[in-house]
Amino acid sequence: MADAALNAPARSMTEARGTKPKRALSGRNIMIYGTLIMFSLYYLLPLWVMVMTSLKGMPEIRMGNIFSPPVEITFEPWVKAWSQACTGLNCDGLSRGFWNSVQILIPSVILSIVVASVNGYALTFWKFKGSDIFFTILIFGAFIPYQVMLYPIVILLREMGLYGSLWGLVLVHTIFGMPILTLLFRNYFSTIPEELFKAARVDGAGFWAIYAKILMPMSLPIFVVAIILQVTGIWNDFLFGVVYTRPEMYPMTVQLNNIVNSVQGVKEYNVNMAATLLTGLVPLFIYFISGKLFVRGIAAGAVKG
Amino acid sequence: MTNSIEVKDLTLNFGAVSVLKNMNLNVAEGEFVVLLGPSGCGKSTLLNCLAGLLEITDGQIFIKGQNVTWAEPSARGIGMVFQSYALYPQMTVRGNLTFGLKNARVPRDQIEAKVARAAEILQIGPLLDRKPAALSGGQRQRVAIGRALVRDVDVFLFDEPLSNLDAKLRSELRVEIKRLHAQLKNTMVYVTHDQIEALTLADRIAVMRGGIIQQLAAPQEIYNRPANLFVAGFIGSPSMNFLHGATVDGGRAFRLGDLSLSLEGYEGGTVGSRDTVILGLRPEHLVVQDQAEPGVTIPAMVELDEPMGADSLVWLKAAGTQMSVRVPVERRMAPGTQVHLKVDMAKASLFDAKSEARI
Repeated sequence: MADAALNAPARSMTEARGTKPKRALSGRNIMIYGTLIMFSLYYLLPLWVMVMTSLKGMPEIRMGNIFSPPVEITFEPWVKAWSQACTGLNCDGLSRGFWNSVQILIPSVILSIVVASVNGYALTFWKFKGSDIFFTILIFGAFIPYQVMLYPIVILLREMGLYGSLWGLVLVHTIFGMPILTLLFRNYFSTIPEELFKAARVDGAGFWAIYAKILMPMSLPIFVVAIILQVTGIWNDFLFGVVYTRPEMYPMTVQLNNIVNSVQGVKEYNVNMAATLLTGLVPLFIYFISGKLFVRGIAAGAVKG
Repeated sequence: MTNSIEVKDLTLNFGAVSVLKNMNLNVAEGEFVVLLGPSGCGKSTLLNCLAGLLEITDGQIFIKGQNVTWAEPSARGIGMVFQSYALYPQMTVRGNLTFGLKNARVPRDQIEAKVARAAEILQIGPLLDRKPAALSGGQRQRVAIGRALVRDVDVFLFDEPLSNLDAKLRSELRVEIKRLHAQLKNTMVYVTHDQIEALTLADRIAVMRGGIIQQLAAPQEIYNRPANLFVAGFIGSPSMNFLHGATVDGGRAFRLGDLSLSLEGYEGGTVGSRDTVILGLRPEHLVVQDQAEPGVTIPAMVELDEPMGADSLVWLKAAGTQMSVRVPVERRMAPGTQVHLKVDMAKASLFDAKSEARI
């Protein structure tokens, strides 16, 4: 080597430099990727079984090979789950629950985020006497188990004349989302320099103008985080949906349960699987379209306490 | 001259902590007043009170003769420039400049005219459609000044506007602010902890400590005749030399151990005989010479010299105290050399050691 270098000094410019490149198949890599692949398989397996089962006919399912792909692909279970499966007397499938859920979801998400973000804004920039105590009490709400409050809220809603209505459930979702969302927004807003707020006040902007024109446009990531948290939380909610609404307003989760757990007749596994997948699509979709913003916002909201 | 700003008996408490104590301050129309002091002296707090961003505990604030003690910041006729620029990041420079005008519902054609004028004065015309993130620190601060400028306010408030800039830009913008003041002739109140900024910009400086104005006077007055020991030590770099001694002979001489200095020519009040006084001598008011002159010079031994480019700073031991003297840079002095420091009593300051006030 030394001889070669001496004999051909001109070549030294083109020779490889830096650390030696690692081999792709080193022992370390095999360990890491092997472990990762094993875990992915483990977590993907149920999904695989669900998708495969939902694409099979009942005779094929009865043969028992739950891991094998369908011999004959059929989309009939999906159609049935969406529009024909029976819950009680209604035989219009999950579609009714889907639209109910959408009707519950949209006002709940908007209302809870508007209320919580204004809360967080006021608690950060417009501190009043006792605002810290107010915040502590609000956060304390996040640690009280839901079950404790179920019945008192039933009474409360009844007295307000909202029991069993869509708006009653919207109100419940807004209240239960408030502690954690307020914390999220307050933490995010407290990373915004106070001088910006002062400058806006000198510029003559009031409470709402500062919120809408200065802070909101700066806080897109945290709003995305809040939307994701609320959409998944409210969409997946079962307990409040079943307690505070009437059967014709049941959200998709409750209806899914009613389809899967119906005791009459044969258990149609393929329809159940398709129904479950359909119910899970909305949160999944939200995660996929906003993954990057979500991580950014969570990181930003977690900086200061 | 009429008063542009009048602060009467202003007191501010945060809970049990008293931040500003019974403060009185009058700023004349078109005057440039600098609030100077160490961190935590209440200078920024006072500025925030003037701006209406902090509710005061007691007292009154008048701007242009109007009692604005409880007025909203936007209704006070003030514009404010912040240390961190505080530009709205999602808006363009134009958006930043016009935000306040739009809030005040100024007609569109007037907004255009005001922005054009501010852009011309501050030379930010080409930047109008950029976002703050695309500007340098100096440009950002210029836009921040522009935001105050477009609103046609009577009073400009500056809260350490140059502290985030590097040294070169800082001196450039300092000159620019001074030029701006000469051009606009607005009243300006400027907070800083940098005494160079204070000395160069101010018509009058208010030196603050612990929520109290220690001295409010023209820069030269503050520099030459500091009202108390704190002001004397805070202003000037390197700091004033202090000799702890006594006055004897009915106030005709200063005595420290074997050393005796004649107080003839001292400009101040009646000195009298006092047991504990402090004699303050600025490093640039002492002259190094080889010959002793009784009653006028202090014998000293050179410890160190620091050439600083334009001149050099010599550290000496004299009368048991460490002292510094500014000398021409050609004059190099070896450590250990015995010299004599000639005192110019007309430029010296005497303080009572107990009350710390100037005699």
